[in-house]
Amino acid sequence: MLELILFYTFGAIAVISGILVITRHNVVHSAAFLGATLFAVAGIFLTLHAEFVAGVQVIVYVGGILVLFVFVIMLIAVERSVHERQYNKQWTIALITSAILIVEIAYGLYRGRDSLVLPAVVPPAAAAAGGNSEQVGTALYTSYLLPFEIASILLLVAIVGAVVLSKKRTPAEE
Amino acid sequence: MNLATINIAAILPTLVLSVVGIVVMVAEPFVGEQKKSNLGWLAFAGTLAAMLSLVPMANNRGQWYSNLWIVDDYDVFLDFIFLLIAAITILTSMDFLRREELNHPEFYSLLLFATAGMLMMAASNELVMVFLGLEILSIATYVMAGFRRADLKSNESALKYFLLGSFSSAFFLYGIALIFGATGSTNLLAIADALRSSKIQISLVSLSAALILIALCFKVAVAPFHVWTPDVYEGAPTPVTGFMSVGPKAAGFAVLFRVFLTAFPSIEDRWGSAIWMVAALTMILGNVIAVVQPNIKRMLAYSSIAHAGYVAVAFAATSDRGVSAALFYLLAYSLMNLGAFAMVTIISRKEDKLVNVTDYAGLGSKRPGLAAVLSLFMLSLAGVPGTAGFAGKFFIFRAALESRLVWLAIIGVVTTVISFYYYLSVIVQMYMREPHDEFSDVRLCGSLKFALVISAAGTLYLGLLPTRVLDWTTTAALR
Repeated sequence: MLELILFYTFGAIAVISGILVITRHNVVHSAAFLGATLFAVAGIFLTLHAEFVAGVQVIVYVGGILVLFVFVIMLIAVERSVHERQYNKQWTIALITSAILIVEIAYGLYRGRDSLVLPAVVPPAAAAAGGNSEQVGTALYTSYLLPFEIASILLLVAIVGAVVLSKKRTPAEE
Repeated sequence: MNLATINIAAILPTLVLSVVGIVVMVAEPFVGEQKKSNLGWLAFAGTLAAMLSLVPMANNRGQWYSNLWIVDDYDVFLDFIFLLIAAITILTSMDFLRREELNHPEFYSLLLFATAGMLMMAASNELVMVFLGLEILSIATYVMAGFRRADLKSNESALKYFLLGSFSSAFFLYGIALIFGATGSTNLLAIADALRSSKIQISLVSLSAALILIALCFKVAVAPFHVWTPDVYEGAPTPVTGFMSVGPKAAGFAVLFRVFLTAFPSIEDRWGSAIWMVAALTMILGNVIAVVQPNIKRMLAYSSIAHAGYVAVAFAATSDRGVSAALFYLLAYSLMNLGAFAMVTIISRKEDKLVNVTDYAGLGSKRPGLAAVLSLFMLSLAGVPGTAGFAGKFFIFRAALESRLVWLAIIGVVTTVISFYYYLSVIVQMYMREPHDEFSDVRLCGSLKFALVISAAGTLYLGLLPTRVLDWTTTAALR
């Protein structure tokens, strides 16, 4: 019961602050609400016994991506953007089309509900095996050793690429 | 605990490429401005070493690293194609980078990493591994497409490729997530086993197969997922365009065949017709639109779409014969297309001047040698008997007929006839039009000559004596 209450609370927080992210005029406020959404989603993961994903959510999204957003906001003129008109002139058309899309998807899901039954929810066996994070760690360092190492090449390529594209231009390139 | 057994020999070519890539990158600051091309030769030596290390790899057949990594004939043959592509691309780019004053050796590192990604894709027995390889290949290619940083077209090319490529990666990930939800595994053989049992949600599996198909169709640029190709190919530096038109395409098809014929053969009735339509549409669109392209890079872009359509025909055959024909075609296509792009690199001037078909007017009288080689590549791309292109198309259409895909074979032959128009128009320009350029500043240095010799010799060899390679692809296709 408590889990259910927590789940819906986090869900409500996530949805409400998600709406606030796109309706606030001040980008700093938007960024703050985005943080709230991300934390709430981490909470939902926790209620689903996925501690590892919750931790990653906080570290990567709140710790990495949100901070990046705030840095970008710092670099642009916030005062001006508060007074500027938002780019949502065609919101009526957008509202109608999204409503149609929602009805379409809902109808499709309703009609296809018999064929899209997910396998029965397996009660989290992770706790018995020493917890979610431990299991991910064990898998990464044993059976998924090779992809784990290969991911380092992926990161290296991304770093080299970023440096190549952003390093100082040679005189010939100017 | 089941620790993955470590088998260095099974991943040796990938390892060699990655290490040489890092060495090139680290050595760069210590090498003088004049000697930077030597790093290109180092990278070239790296691809040769990786090719040699295919031998110990081929002696370690089987599944390794907790069944994530598979070594079989199919894998070895594709690795050979990938390494050949990398070697020729390096040879073509050395002079190009000097000419465009872009001599940053990181280019070679990125190319080697991209090739390592392709090898991973071909050897993966697991969707997560495929995704890692795909991302390594894609990210390296995005950067290479934007390598001319001061040029707006190159930036446009990189950005378009990056944005659409990210979308397709997301499709691929959704596909993996759904298949994991439906079968409880991302291992191709485990998925195939699970699909044979009856308790599976077939619609969920079909949905994930569709998502994976869309993502890979984007990577190999077949219609209707080809729209990005012309702009990206036109803006990228010419040797990179050559690489993009063969490398990611071959790797994408390698994964398509592996995933769909290993994991999803039991639901073939659900994806078979999709492949049929993709193949037909691609051949028609690619060949018809290529006819009206004045820019040779755009023309070759549409031609590469059309060729992907022919490989898709072999895929639609879903037989061992089809896979074997596709492997043969990928090798033939890589050689002739890289040769054609090497010629475009030679004729074009700094910052992509002289890349229209009409700029080739009179090349036959001014530079007869170059014109003859380019004619060979054009004839082979068109599929004239005696060239690699003819042999490849012949095997594909034979496989299609054996699988009773008569209409696809007919569309293939008709569109091939259409393709003669635009390939031959290049030859007409070279031999039957008055030159308005002396082609006097066309330089032909050693590395480019080497690249042309390899691709021309390969094109002729596959065209005249295809049996040995065909035997190899036949063993590679058996699973």
